[in-house]
Amino acid sequence: MVVRFKLIFVVLMIQFEKFQLANGLKVLVHQDTSTPMAVVNVLYNIGAKDENPAQTGFAHLFEHLMFGGSVNIPVYDEPLQRAGGENNAYTTNDLTNYYCQIPAENIETAFWLESDRMLSLAFSEKSLEVQRKVVCEEFKEHYINKPYGDAWHKMRALAYTNHPYRWMTIGAELSHVENAKMQDVKDFFFKFYRPNNAILVVTGNTTMEQVKTLAEKWFGPIPAGEAYHRNLPIEPVQEKMRSLEVHADVPMDMLMMTWHMGGRFDAGYHETDLITEVLGGGASARLYEQLIKVKQLFSSIDCYHFGTVDPGLLVIEGKLVKGVSMAVAEKAVLDEVEKIKQELLPQKEVQKVINKTESIICFEDMSIMNRAHSLAFYELLGDAEMMNQELEKYQAITPERIQATANAIFQDRNRNTLYYYSKN
Amino acid sequence: MALDRMKAPLIKDAVDFDIQLKPYQHFTLNNGVEVYSYEGGAEEVMMMDLVFFAGNCYEEKNWVAAATNFLLKNGTHQKTAFELNDHFEFYGAYVNRTCYNETATINLHTLSKHFEALLPVVSELVTESNFSEEELKIYQQNQLQRLTLNLKKSDFIANRLIDEYLFGINHPYGTYSTEASFNNLTREDLVKFYDRFYKHGQAVVFMAGKFPKNMQSLMNKYIGALPLNQQALPSYAHPIISAATKKYSIVNDASSVQGSIRMARRFPNRHHPDFPGTQVLNNVLGGFFGSRLMRNIREDKGYTYGIHSYLQNHVQECAWMISTDAGKDVCGATIEEVYKEMAILRNEKIDEAELKLVKNYMLGALLGDLDGPFQIMNRWKTYLLNDLDITYFNKTIETVRAIQPADLQALANQYLQPEDFYELVVY
Repeated sequence: MVVRFKLIFVVLMIQFEKFQLANGLKVLVHQDTSTPMAVVNVLYNIGAKDENPAQTGFAHLFEHLMFGGSVNIPVYDEPLQRAGGENNAYTTNDLTNYYCQIPAENIETAFWLESDRMLSLAFSEKSLEVQRKVVCEEFKEHYINKPYGDAWHKMRALAYTNHPYRWMTIGAELSHVENAKMQDVKDFFFKFYRPNNAILVVTGNTTMEQVKTLAEKWFGPIPAGEAYHRNLPIEPVQEKMRSLEVHADVPMDMLMMTWHMGGRFDAGYHETDLITEVLGGGASARLYEQLIKVKQLFSSIDCYHFGTVDPGLLVIEGKLVKGVSMAVAEKAVLDEVEKIKQELLPQKEVQKVINKTESIICFEDMSIMNRAHSLAFYELLGDAEMMNQELEKYQAITPERIQATANAIFQDRNRNTLYYYSKN
Repeated sequence: MALDRMKAPLIKDAVDFDIQLKPYQHFTLNNGVEVYSYEGGAEEVMMMDLVFFAGNCYEEKNWVAAATNFLLKNGTHQKTAFELNDHFEFYGAYVNRTCYNETATINLHTLSKHFEALLPVVSELVTESNFSEEELKIYQQNQLQRLTLNLKKSDFIANRLIDEYLFGINHPYGTYSTEASFNNLTREDLVKFYDRFYKHGQAVVFMAGKFPKNMQSLMNKYIGALPLNQQALPSYAHPIISAATKKYSIVNDASSVQGSIRMARRFPNRHHPDFPGTQVLNNVLGGFFGSRLMRNIREDKGYTYGIHSYLQNHVQECAWMISTDAGKDVCGATIEEVYKEMAILRNEKIDEAELKLVKNYMLGALLGDLDGPFQIMNRWKTYLLNDLDITYFNKTIETVRAIQPADLQALANQYLQPEDFYELVVY
């Protein structure tokens, strides 16, 4: 599952407290007594980017194995469901996140379950065998049995030559997961799924005292692992435009372009976010209005980015109206891109995308689940308090800064293009 | 004392939770339109659902209801589509529209402080939409392309066909779009439908979140003054004509690596006394991650990424549906396992511990589902549009708490008979 962490942050100050256990586990607590529920969220600092290039798809495979029983608890789901709880998980290129929502009175059940699988999985051969198959079916369902399902595999491999963002979370190829051996799985687990490589966030109807007691009791005894020092290959600056042609049994032509953009910590990140809103955020956005409505070259078009921690990709992708040539469509997109480079955005348009951002923040902040995800994510970035400063960062953005960022990103030598042709 | 990790912490059974559906507020606008609202929440946000009785059960020509609903926002006599969208998006608001079978909605999500600036323009959509030829042409072209793309997907085809088998192609629940549906649409069709079912239609409003102080007077000014609820709705009769043949296998794409499996039977609507009990039985069968289908077919055999069963959300009559995408070579085995699970539910009483787990899961999930003003109002909306009240909510909870293994076995014998099920695989 790909998750857009794009605009997950909050307008209201989210109050939280933080402490750390002796084994290195960071714990954050956000209390909200207006709900009868609690959320227990464990983020592991392990994403698809940390995988061995010859064994991709492992972080995501783990998302499955983590429900196949832990060392003391044969089945993860049953006790949680018996306590009225629900859970799920997702894997991105940067992280893996597990979360339960449970009636607050039964919160200890979530601590018991989450701590046992952090202690150790059951590592049953049967579970590995079944989940390998399940992941292969997931791969087929989403990436083989769907028109254009392989487009992102190809685009990532085109845009990244060195950095591990060049494969998707599901894995670069089916065989990596199909060939996963028990020893590989164990090694992966004990390398990454350690308390010192995790962040525990508890939100909802709980107290700091309760969380402290329960965290010490259940997570405290888990031994720390060796510290993981991430040292990923760096993507060299792209010097030349790259492109790839695909001819496949799809009903219409598709054009997909990406440009390298900054990572989460780079200057210009928030500006880039607003650029994608100006171009692709809704029915009044520029690409929609100009290319679907006025020029009628595309039947659908979108502009977005993945909000990755390391330098990511700004994407424009659209399906062409039947009969429109790829060259005409491409030129029309580039004309819009050129406009944003050459002409300063009207103040009102900048205000619009900032207002939209404020609104997204408020709506996302409504549930204790989203608050837990955001706290964990910003803590992973370095400090959960950053989530309370996001809106200010957007509000400070000027048309000049957007233009400067657009000029830095939208360079031909920085562009990758996938021409996806219909064979029909 | 050493920590005993084998032993589960004590829990409070969800069946012992006091689960309440908090009451709504209600007022009537000057034109007779009813407004149901629930005020609450910490953030300064709100939503408004304008529900029109303008679903596809009122259309005389295929896809007119859906096209009218979609194009509501694509231009009024005063503003272009761009100006409308730019206005809504400038305030960071979301204006969506959705067409269902009985109803069609215009939905607004906004920061509460902008409600006053947005409501007049939402109101404009109800009386001033102009359905230009140009907008209709773009809609037709893009929807045709979208249809061509969707027809490549086995799950899309399976979803259409199973509804057709259950209800018949001429029933609102069984019908679907074809190339001809889009090509045959005319501006006159849309204008006529709009005039009858929106501008002079019947509506009801649902609101939730934090409201501005003058919310009621704003609603009266901009919605209460519209010519709504003046004309009675036309009556309609859509007989359900189910297919005679029960089993289908269709090859849509010879190179497909998976098959989309749908198995379904007709089922009464929420007013039937068996509905709440069957919801429990459905959860046991395939309603959640710990269900029997999921444990057997995904977690034990690895045939699929997921398998689910559910009762459809219809007003007139429902269907009980089992849905999955499975590996091409194991589709037959998957169907066989589904029938095996049905047989077990018919022939054996469910174990007390499993039933308790399902009960606790359902009530815990319900507690979570009712957390927040939008969620509370959505639940009420479903009830009110299905002509149900709080007694239905209470009865459902009572049923989940009290139902016994023998009751579930009886329901299984009544409703889980293989000969009642349609069975479809699309490759």
